[in-house]
Amino acid sequence: MMPILGSTVSTVTEPSLLPVFACLASLLAIPGILAFRKSPNAREGVTFIAGGIKLALVLMMVPGVLSGKMYEFRFFELVEGVGLEFRVDGLGLLFGIVASFLWLCTTLYAIGYMRAHHETNQTRFFSFFALSLCATLGVAFAGNLLTLYIFYEMLSLSTFPLVSHHGDKKARTGGRTYLSYLLGASIGLALPALIFCYTRSPEGMDFMTGGFMAGKVGATEAAILLLMFAYGFAKCGLMPLHSWLPGAMVAPTPVSALLHAVAVVKVGVFCVIRVVTGVFGTDFLLEVDAATALQWAAAITVVVSSLIALSQDNLKRMLAFSTIGQLGYIVLGVALLSPKGVAGSMLHIAMHATGKITLFMCAGAIFVATGKKYISQMEGMGRTMPLTFAAFFIGSLSVIGLPPTGGFISKFYLVMGTIEAGKIPLLVVFLVSTILNAAYFMPIVFRAFFPRGPTAPFRWDRVQEVPKACLIPILITATITILAFFVPELGQRLAALMVPGL
Amino acid sequence: MMDQMPTILMLAPFIGAVGLSLLAWRRPAAAMPVVFGALAITVLAAVLTLREVLANGTITYLLSGWDRLPERAEGMAVGIEYKIDAFNALVLVLIPAIALINALYLRTRLAVECAGKEILYAILYLLLVVGLCGMVITNDAFNLYVLLEISSLTSYALIGIGRRRAAHATFNYIMTGTIGASFFLLGVGYLYIQVGTLNIGDIHEALMASSELRGLASIKVAAMMIMAGLWLKMGLFPLHGWLPNAYRYAPTATGSLMAPLVTKVMVVVMLRMMVSLFGLDYLFAELNWRPVIVGIACVAILAGSFFALAQRDIRGMLCFLIVAEVGYMVGGAWLGNEAGITGAAYHVLSDACMTFCLFLAVAAIILRTGEHRLSAFRGAFRKMPVAMAAFTVGALSMVGLPPTCGFFSKWYLLIGGVEAGQWHYVACLLISSLVNAVLFFRIFEIALMKVEVEESGSFDVDALPEDPEDRWVRVPVGTIVAMIVAATAVLMIGLLNRPIASFIATWIGQAVEVAP
Repeated sequence: MMPILGSTVSTVTEPSLLPVFACLASLLAIPGILAFRKSPNAREGVTFIAGGIKLALVLMMVPGVLSGKMYEFRFFELVEGVGLEFRVDGLGLLFGIVASFLWLCTTLYAIGYMRAHHETNQTRFFSFFALSLCATLGVAFAGNLLTLYIFYEMLSLSTFPLVSHHGDKKARTGGRTYLSYLLGASIGLALPALIFCYTRSPEGMDFMTGGFMAGKVGATEAAILLLMFAYGFAKCGLMPLHSWLPGAMVAPTPVSALLHAVAVVKVGVFCVIRVVTGVFGTDFLLEVDAATALQWAAAITVVVSSLIALSQDNLKRMLAFSTIGQLGYIVLGVALLSPKGVAGSMLHIAMHATGKITLFMCAGAIFVATGKKYISQMEGMGRTMPLTFAAFFIGSLSVIGLPPTGGFISKFYLVMGTIEAGKIPLLVVFLVSTILNAAYFMPIVFRAFFPRGPTAPFRWDRVQEVPKACLIPILITATITILAFFVPELGQRLAALMVPGL
Repeated sequence: MMDQMPTILMLAPFIGAVGLSLLAWRRPAAAMPVVFGALAITVLAAVLTLREVLANGTITYLLSGWDRLPERAEGMAVGIEYKIDAFNALVLVLIPAIALINALYLRTRLAVECAGKEILYAILYLLLVVGLCGMVITNDAFNLYVLLEISSLTSYALIGIGRRRAAHATFNYIMTGTIGASFFLLGVGYLYIQVGTLNIGDIHEALMASSELRGLASIKVAAMMIMAGLWLKMGLFPLHGWLPNAYRYAPTATGSLMAPLVTKVMVVVMLRMMVSLFGLDYLFAELNWRPVIVGIACVAILAGSFFALAQRDIRGMLCFLIVAEVGYMVGGAWLGNEAGITGAAYHVLSDACMTFCLFLAVAAIILRTGEHRLSAFRGAFRKMPVAMAAFTVGALSMVGLPPTCGFFSKWYLLIGGVEAGQWHYVACLLISSLVNAVLFFRIFEIALMKVEVEESGSFDVDALPEDPEDRWVRVPVGTIVAMIVAATAVLMIGLLNRPIASFIATWIGQAVEVAP
């Protein structure tokens, strides 16, 4: 049967190899990366070329998708009725653009960071980085639940060597926690839920607007399955399955930046959005009222993680908890089941990604330039690293959700979503969390520029910024964070494709 | 020629073995060429047979042309019949193929591990293949027993030829194995007394035809005896005591041949007994053993997994994983629905390949480092990339991650469990997957990182003295090829699970259609 996404634009599927090539572009870079392991410049050149090709391929799909096409490619049947297949719709493309664009930025940043830091095993690092991007796009373009699951697992495995990159005791513990949470949850919760869905819907598991499970399960079953998926895709960081994320901060900062602000965690929430919109369908969940538990799980995550973030002194850890809270926003938005809430979730994937990656890269830049990683040590550093802290300011504005940054747009949608759904207590959750976000971000920026105690006047020759390779990507993403406020049309239109009645 | 393929398949290794014993007793150099030649012919014959089965459906082959005698009552078979259907044609390719690929590894080890006994070992090796193939191909219950004994006797010797502790392990195995075989024979005897034939198809028809026969207690006892015998032979917990030591102390090439094949062939025999001899209707409608047996299987899965977790010896760990896998298959088969039996049958193929892959990789690693413990993996990714790649594929399959075959066998087994409502079986499968994840990622961690191993104090891969020759440890080319083929098979069986599952479904369908 033909899945129909979006009611305003009539959609047609078109067989195309574009999504396959886009997914494979980074995979095919790996032999190149390995071949040039002796000359770092050529090696990173390969990554850049692959990244450029990948982004170009993804962007080539934009006009088609906006005009209502869905690019589809079916490899072969995996099990009866369910094939390994890609289908690119608005949500998948939105996520694909974000991931492949930020991969380019992060690669540039990683070159600066890894070299300035004299990290070992850089070839292995860039290889697995490329592999995990391949998995990310696989998740973004997955056309059915099984394909999604396969790429989800592939991402967990390919990021494990990145998380425990340093190989020391801390990295090992972090890697262990990372893998045991992610694999444990996906095998223990998501897989059985997936198989249960298959036994109920053996004719196919294609994502579709109405949801392929709609009407095939009762209210209680739907609620339980929904929770099993939301916790099973533990990359979305719902409490109490969140502690892998702060643990994974032992990874080198480029990994934290791309994977733990963008690719990995966003894959988690992306999967939850897919499950809500494509597996069950918002209408069906609304009808049986199955999402209340998920709403509250997300709401608690939002508030508690913001409170924890408030008490952190390690900057990367604080950012990790802030990420958990923002992931909670996304899950909460989609669990509201109202059109604006769902659209807000989808937009927030993109908006939060640009903002948070800026923040992480700033944290890494501070660490590279000064070796400092605690917030309490950062007093007055805005005077030596003005550009970095300016970018940090922009990023935190976006995460708080203030104009003129992209974060405001998605947060606006999310807040409107709560009103649309008539859930005023959840509106309060958003507002409280906004205040908390401001409470943990603003003092950092303020103290960096206006330290307590006497200060020397600012002079440009005292400025000690990080290497250019680190600084340029920070400025790019910061600029985009602002641009996203003024020209959010692309994201809005892609999200609107997915949400009938927006 | 084409219609003689089933016998050629059996005769090639047999003639090879006999020829070696008569002509080459004093020429150890002849051992490997004969093994390769005989097994290559077998594989070719098996592939041709598979093609034939896929094209024209089930083949029945009457040995020496002993046709059914029309004047005899009910037209029952007189001679031995071979029957090759969609499922056992697959298994028939698998057995000689694994033996052939393993021979690539054996070639490098034979002179070292079995010095002075090369010819003897080669003869036993070929005879074991005869026995295993025979158990799968034959449609005669007594002939099956004979071939079971052939494979048992050869495997006792193949294990006993190993290091010092192998003798004790073999003794245990002989005791348990003999008891198991006796149980099986007793069961067949009961059937013969009641039904009057040894042909599996004929017994099935007779059972289907007469409800009086089905009601007999002796048939029930026969079923119980046959199952108990097979469980002993396959090492279903708590009857697994012989298994770990036997595979662990055997010569490495024996381990990597027997661990993938012997228990799995026993599962194939069990499935044939269930589907083709007793029939699913009889087993699940008239005998209500499902709760008990699925319960035992669950215990087996958990016990195997947790014993494996407690092992510090690599091969010991893998051996206990086999115990858990046997639980998977027995449980799946006794779920009694199509998905469960498909899962068990498919898992025979996938488990054979992944066990083979793991045993080969581990053997290569143990031989290079001389260590049997998990610490042998220190720095292994760097030193032995191919062996570790094969190990990784096998391990991911054991954990059950896509797209390896282990994922799809779990897929079918879990669907079977959900459809049958056997939630404890579903839970045990998932728990075992998680335990396997812990087991293997512990090893990856050792292999990937700087690890302080307690025995040797602080150990740091990067702090090792730079030894250019030691960075890439040389592994014999044959072993590398064998590992690559095994790892590819793990992936291919996973990706091709659709056609394989549909063959199995055809087989189950045919068996059920025969029933009135």
